[in-house]
Amino acid sequence: MQVYADNAATTKLSKTALDAMMPYLTDIYGNASSLYNIGQEAHHGVQHARETVAKVLNADPSEVYFTSGGSEADNWAIKGVAELMAKKGKKHIITSAFEHHAVLHTVQKLEKYGFEVTYLPVYENGIVHVEDVKNAIREDTALVTIMYANNEIGTIQPIAEIGAVCHEKGVLFHTDAVQAAGHVPIDVRAQNIDMLSMSAHKFHGPKGIGALYCRKGIRLPNLIEGGAQESGRRAGTESVYAMVGMAAALKEASDHMAENAAHMSKLRDRLIDGLLKIESSRLNGDRENRLPGNVNISFEGVEGESLLLYLDMKGVSASSGSACTSGSLDPSHVLLAIGLPHEVAHGSLRLSLCESNTEEEIDYIISCVPEIIERLRSMSPLWERIQKERGNA
Amino acid sequence: MEYSEKVMEHFAHPHNVGKIEDADGIGEVGNAKCGDIMKMYIKVNAGIITDVKFNTYGCASAIATSSMATDMIKGKPITEALRLTNQAVVEALDGLPAVKIHCSVLAEEAIKAAVKDYYDKNGIAYDPALFKEDCCHYDHHHAE
Repeated sequence: MQVYADNAATTKLSKTALDAMMPYLTDIYGNASSLYNIGQEAHHGVQHARETVAKVLNADPSEVYFTSGGSEADNWAIKGVAELMAKKGKKHIITSAFEHHAVLHTVQKLEKYGFEVTYLPVYENGIVHVEDVKNAIREDTALVTIMYANNEIGTIQPIAEIGAVCHEKGVLFHTDAVQAAGHVPIDVRAQNIDMLSMSAHKFHGPKGIGALYCRKGIRLPNLIEGGAQESGRRAGTESVYAMVGMAAALKEASDHMAENAAHMSKLRDRLIDGLLKIESSRLNGDRENRLPGNVNISFEGVEGESLLLYLDMKGVSASSGSACTSGSLDPSHVLLAIGLPHEVAHGSLRLSLCESNTEEEIDYIISCVPEIIERLRSMSPLWERIQKERGNA
Repeated sequence: MEYSEKVMEHFAHPHNVGKIEDADGIGEVGNAKCGDIMKMYIKVNAGIITDVKFNTYGCASAIATSSMATDMIKGKPITEALRLTNQAVVEALDGLPAVKIHCSVLAEEAIKAAVKDYYDKNGIAYDPALFKEDCCHYDHHHAE
């Protein structure tokens, strides 16, 4: 059986999105800036896509800027606000310890340019405390950037409350909603969000396209100088098919959000319960406030890369937070941020589901994992040591 | 990052997995914090490594290098086993990704640690320069 359970990494392009895109990859090849018919048709495609994205977010179309993806949107929002606020002498940024690297590496770069960054703790359950945000805000705070939902452990942050605190204090609030968009309801007005990043391929749209929502009135500096595209803030001929595909995928996800979430969270809970039956395992991240498709479990005494490669041999695609999969010495910064010891973080497995996963697939995963864990533990000196320490040997 | 077919073969079906209860030498290197520990057991008869087994906690390349390295010293004289370099293990596996080279270093050091243990237990004199004091001083940052 083949089971794709790495939807937090990327998703399959939806048929609806593909069908919406095809005309723009074939017949409607005009430049959206051209005045003749075929150009205007492309222009309408862009316009309609922008309106669709805006509507889902409860934003105005003029507040939606298409980008190459989530990383670009994060970089633009953070560096843009930093540039804007530095002129006012505000050089302090608040973020969380377990942001995506597109945010973390960006603020770390700003630290080199004299910005001060506060990394808020995320506690054992992987959730930022609103009080911590409130207490961290200073006179010179330029921006608060807290992710909507974590990409590894799926925990959903109190976005509306954080936004309210920021607005009380007159500080801009950006959220990286790459894992949230299309999966949980977003309302930028009601949730006090000034800027929001999203990426199409996380909700069955095409890769290479995303968007930054930026509230009217924020004079975000241009990202790319050139033509008048994206209100002149991000020049370059539009990738019309990608924008159209993103919009179609987002609308589809949004229209079916409640039923998809119900289906996925049922499968998620079945998977969590099934895997937690394995000895010395633990669920990472809050059990309630988490994305409908996210499962992240650590197994003591095993290493995550071996686990996921043995799973791959069984046809299951998953991911891990071990050092070996991060390409560095340390395991996932997310798992360390919620307080896991290194050796437990190395043994983590992330399974991220989508609406097309089935109960049969979940049961197949539940049947595969125990024998792999058993096999790895039987040859693990670390597991032998753990057993000895517990007096089981 | 991509593993060679040889690495995947040794990872999927590792050779010499297990323990030797009455081992003549046991060597353990690596640490849990870094995500890999290798433990090697050797049986020695008349200067020949007659049997070798390993237990490894670590990634696919840690398991594959343990498997390959134990294959390479099985049935060989100790003196030859001590000359086994991590590079030779890497070559036998048709290469390792740069970030995984340290796994082969661990395998080399695990063998040496097992031999040292055998020498120590049997009061056999050796040149201490052959063996590093701490097996975890290798550079982990190959990613640049």
